[in-house]
Amino acid sequence: MNKIEIKPGIYWVGGIDWHIQDFHGYKTHRGTTYNAYLIIDEKVVLVDTVKHYLYGEMLARIKEIIDPSKIDYVVSNHVEMDHSGSLPKILEEAPNATLITSVQGEKGLRRHYKRDWNFHVAQSGEELSIGKRTLVFVHVPMVHWPDSMVTYIPEENLLLPNDAFGQHIASAERFDDEIEWGVLKEATATYYANIVMPYGTQVGKALEALGGLDIDMIAPSHGIIWRSRIPDILAEYVKWANHETEARALIVYDTMWGSTERIAYALAEGLSEADVPVTVRSLKNTHISDVMTDLITSKLILIGSPTINNGMLPSMGGFLTYLKGLRPKDRLGFAFGSFGWGGQAAGEIEKFMKDMGWEVPIEYVNLKFVPDTEELGNVKSIGKELGKILG
Amino acid sequence: MDKYRCTVCGYLYDPKKGDPDNDIEPGIEFSDLPDDWTCPLCGASKDQFEME
Ligand SMILES: [Fe+2]
Ligand SMILES: [Fe+2]
Repeated sequence: MNKIEIKPGIYWVGGIDWHIQDFHGYKTHRGTTYNAYLIIDEKVVLVDTVKHYLYGEMLARIKEIIDPSKIDYVVSNHVEMDHSGSLPKILEEAPNATLITSVQGEKGLRRHYKRDWNFHVAQSGEELSIGKRTLVFVHVPMVHWPDSMVTYIPEENLLLPNDAFGQHIASAERFDDEIEWGVLKEATATYYANIVMPYGTQVGKALEALGGLDIDMIAPSHGIIWRSRIPDILAEYVKWANHETEARALIVYDTMWGSTERIAYALAEGLSEADVPVTVRSLKNTHISDVMTDLITSKLILIGSPTINNGMLPSMGGFLTYLKGLRPKDRLGFAFGSFGWGGQAAGEIEKFMKDMGWEVPIEYVNLKFVPDTEELGNVKSIGKELGKILG
Repeated sequence: MDKYRCTVCGYLYDPKKGDPDNDIEPGIEFSDLPDDWTCPLCGASKDQFEME
């Protein structure tokens, strides 16, 4: 195995998960990596580990560099098992190592692993000298769990922020200048939308806390390491944290016999006539986590479902539950649907939008059985009007 | 005695239980918590809580 040195004496010792396609319900088309970092100084430090089934790969990478029993400190920036899953085994290999984590990190790790490890709880801002270098631990609660912490090495201008700035990409490349920017940007956006979006305010606080630091490398716990595009990705994070969107429309729907789909397309036509870029996603074909990639940049969100058994389609119910948790703000909403009798779905969707705090400038459209030409013409006009409101 | 939920992380402040992590004894109403009290889980400030 070739050694991957990201800074002199600091190595990437992670695992590449080429095969994962479902990351707790998030569709990871490109797989992912779990990034662990080994720092060789007077003290030897391992920052984070890998998902349990890639332990062997991490260990092999460490052994290329040093005898793992020489590890003095293991830093656990984040309790979630994709990063803590190899702690039990590596701490068997390095029984004298101290495990450094945050206040909530210790509680969480005890709940997960039921082991009485040699814990050291780092307070936020705490510094630890490891020889030529210093480790600075900063708590970043809810980016994206209560325990989340970042490790900063001032002598190296290196930030190890764990899940923040990550992306689910499995690749041979390790750095942002070795991979196509469009691919990297999209993967980072998808990751932010599905993992970090609910915590925009906390991201803002974390960016503020980290703003004063000199950073020339950001090495997250998933995917590619940032060194050439740091200003670009920081700018994107600021936008996303502030829920800044573009004048784009996203139509998300599911359909039973095609009526709701026809309404969706009539809306799309009207929006296009108003020169609004519009993306159309059917929940039959598009995974809900991919819809979020479109949603993160779209100001206007149009959501439609037919009524089945006095409610919306279960696919739409699932989508809205997911959306509610991710809490996108500052959106314009429009609901639509079709029905045979009852017809509750469209109204329920509109209520959902209002409960989310979205502005709903035009009341929902709900059409009986199969829409006719005149009705579709009216729907198209609504699309156009929404486009004008969007500006 | 009203319960309040953190809108950031979902932690529930139950006055009957207090908040041992911040040395808040059981029986203290949410409104009587000090202004600088923060969520024991995620550090959110008091104004980020909503009544359940
Ligand atoms: Fe995580
Ligand atoms: Fe993660």
